[in-house]
Amino acid sequence: MATENSRWGKFQQVMEKNILALTLMVALVVSVGGIVEIVPLFYLDSTMEDTARNPDGSAKFPDVLWQRGEGQTLADWKPGEGVRPYSALELAGRDVYQREGCYLCHSQMIRPFRDERERYGHYSLAVESKYDHPFQWGSKRTGPDLARVGGKYSDEWHRQHLRDPRALVPESVMPRYPWFDEASIDGTGMQARMRAMRMLGVPYIDADIEAAPALVEGKTEMDAMVAYLQVLGTMINFREGRDYRE
Amino acid sequence: MDYQQSERTYDFDVIRWFSIMAVVYLVVGTLVGVYIAAELAWPALNLDSPYLSFGRLRPLHTNAVIFAFGGCTLMGTSFYSVQRTCGTALWSSKMAWFTFWGWNLVIVLAVITLPLGLTQAKEYAELEWPVDILIAVVWLSYLFNFVMTISIRKSSHIYVSNWFFLGMLVMITYLHVVNSLAVPVSLFKSYSIFSGVQDAMIQWWWGHNAVGFYLTAGFLGIMYYFVPKQANRPIYSYRLSVVHFWALMFGYVWLGAHHLHYTALPDWTGSLGAGISLAMIIPSWGGAINGMMTLSGAWDKLRTDYVLRFMIASLACYAMSTFEGPVMSLKSVNALSHYTDWTIGHVHSGALGWVLMVAVGALYHMVTRLWNTEMYSTRLVNVHFWLTTIGTCIYIVAMWVSGIMQGLMWRAYDDYGTLAYTFAESVEAMHPYYAMRVVGGACIVIGAIIMLYNVVMTVRKATADGRLGETGTVPADA
Repeated sequence: MATENSRWGKFQQVMEKNILALTLMVALVVSVGGIVEIVPLFYLDSTMEDTARNPDGSAKFPDVLWQRGEGQTLADWKPGEGVRPYSALELAGRDVYQREGCYLCHSQMIRPFRDERERYGHYSLAVESKYDHPFQWGSKRTGPDLARVGGKYSDEWHRQHLRDPRALVPESVMPRYPWFDEASIDGTGMQARMRAMRMLGVPYIDADIEAAPALVEGKTEMDAMVAYLQVLGTMINFREGRDYRE
Repeated sequence: MDYQQSERTYDFDVIRWFSIMAVVYLVVGTLVGVYIAAELAWPALNLDSPYLSFGRLRPLHTNAVIFAFGGCTLMGTSFYSVQRTCGTALWSSKMAWFTFWGWNLVIVLAVITLPLGLTQAKEYAELEWPVDILIAVVWLSYLFNFVMTISIRKSSHIYVSNWFFLGMLVMITYLHVVNSLAVPVSLFKSYSIFSGVQDAMIQWWWGHNAVGFYLTAGFLGIMYYFVPKQANRPIYSYRLSVVHFWALMFGYVWLGAHHLHYTALPDWTGSLGAGISLAMIIPSWGGAINGMMTLSGAWDKLRTDYVLRFMIASLACYAMSTFEGPVMSLKSVNALSHYTDWTIGHVHSGALGWVLMVAVGALYHMVTRLWNTEMYSTRLVNVHFWLTTIGTCIYIVAMWVSGIMQGLMWRAYDDYGTLAYTFAESVEAMHPYYAMRVVGGACIVIGAIIMLYNVVMTVRKATADGRLGETGTVPADA
């Protein structure tokens, strides 16, 4: 074994003979990288567009996050008014999206490249997934990116496509989802989910949660999926010529 | 120490079970992999069934190969080598059995819940919160037993393989606990407490370190014990192993951010990840060189020793894939490779070439020692070696071509300055390579089935010959 008497040689000698010291040193060394890379993301204002500030302290992008007016419910929000929590039906659709593992083949994160802008639209902002527990950026595009799929196709197109993708896109390798039409959404279940989301900091108000059962009454998983897909990427009104990244 | 003495000194029974289950899960995990690969080539195979659709089976494949096959291999090999390098039995045999049954229960629960669509929707960490808690308990029992066994060792120094296993045990505890933090809504549904950017960074801190610690540090632990044992030579350089160990422990943790280049993650984080990714070539190659050079002066053994072949081929793949990884973490390369099959190919060059090969080598080595016998057929070991090597090559080449082609098609412009291809055209162009991947994967599965047959026959023969004594342990008068 190491015969050198350097400081490092001695350090290694101690480590190799003392399991407690070795375990603690390993625990310390492996924690550095994570702390440096992750912890600042929680407190640096510049991480998210809604908290980013100008040098004079004013909000840099005041319109990216929906400011709920007095007495307003989610139904009062209009496309482009800023990022808001998902409606009960959209949230149900998002849960189906996750259950089926859609994120394994579809990303929701457009990068700032010319081809991606032309194919998918404006690059994604951090604030757009502020209420996504967990995030749905994905890592693979076996199918196209869906970050701005909302409004690109009709509801009916989505229904047909989910039932039989190859009827509309012959080259597609996506599975068919015939069971979406048969399953209904449980209203009280959605309330529990919205309450859990509220615990995590998603700004649902009591009125949103109370309205949930009526909103999903009689809806199928197909309706929920379509509602979710149609809202993706429509929340922010992107201004021409404005740069959201340094 | 002869076999009968070691049987009395060490706990081997639980390791026999880990070894057999590892081989079983290798067959199952790769079989599911080939099936989902075929679904991408021929989507009719989804059979319009929720339980067989790609999105639900893909997590089953990753969980089965990483946690079922990889986990049983790691637990078996580490419990085996920690006893031999420390000259003592496990600190607690009972706790090792708890780890065995607990881990297998996790796997059974995964097999049931994932096709049902019960998922946290985080890649490689899909299992829902009750299973996550079980994983944490079982994992801590593994960690505790491992550390306590080292603490009662007869040798003065802790051998290098144990450092690496220890690094994996500690880091996976951190990763699993933090990344799985969630608020339960019901028994089968929870939401991650993190969202958006922070969740993405934590997910890939987990994702890349599941690779870096579970599939790299853990399997380097295997390499550091089993390569010198099989080659019957000391490890090439002690000093290299010290440097490479601490560099790996410190450096790997930073790499996750390179999965998020050009995303909404702040630029500084990705650049930090990419910078350290590049530097990681040095410690990674340190390990690969240390393993390969252990054979220096004994290269002729590769002609006759098929188990050693697995190990050395694995180190070659390890060196290749730890070169490819840093290259792909460069922003300009990543701009092309991200979101494409190139990533899938890279993962499999590591998973098939490195992890599977070194694990299989170690398992063959252990089986002959645990059952005090020779393999039923060494020829079949050689067949398995070539099937795995060829299958891996086919797989990687198919994904390289399809990945780079995808990346180029997506960004191609025609003479009029408009996008040259629709997305659907790029999907269509992938078909031959997806079919080719099925062929490569099938080679891996056939190899795994041959291994299972060979191991079962070896165990049967050893039992019939009475090499373990009547009850599976050595007779009292031996």
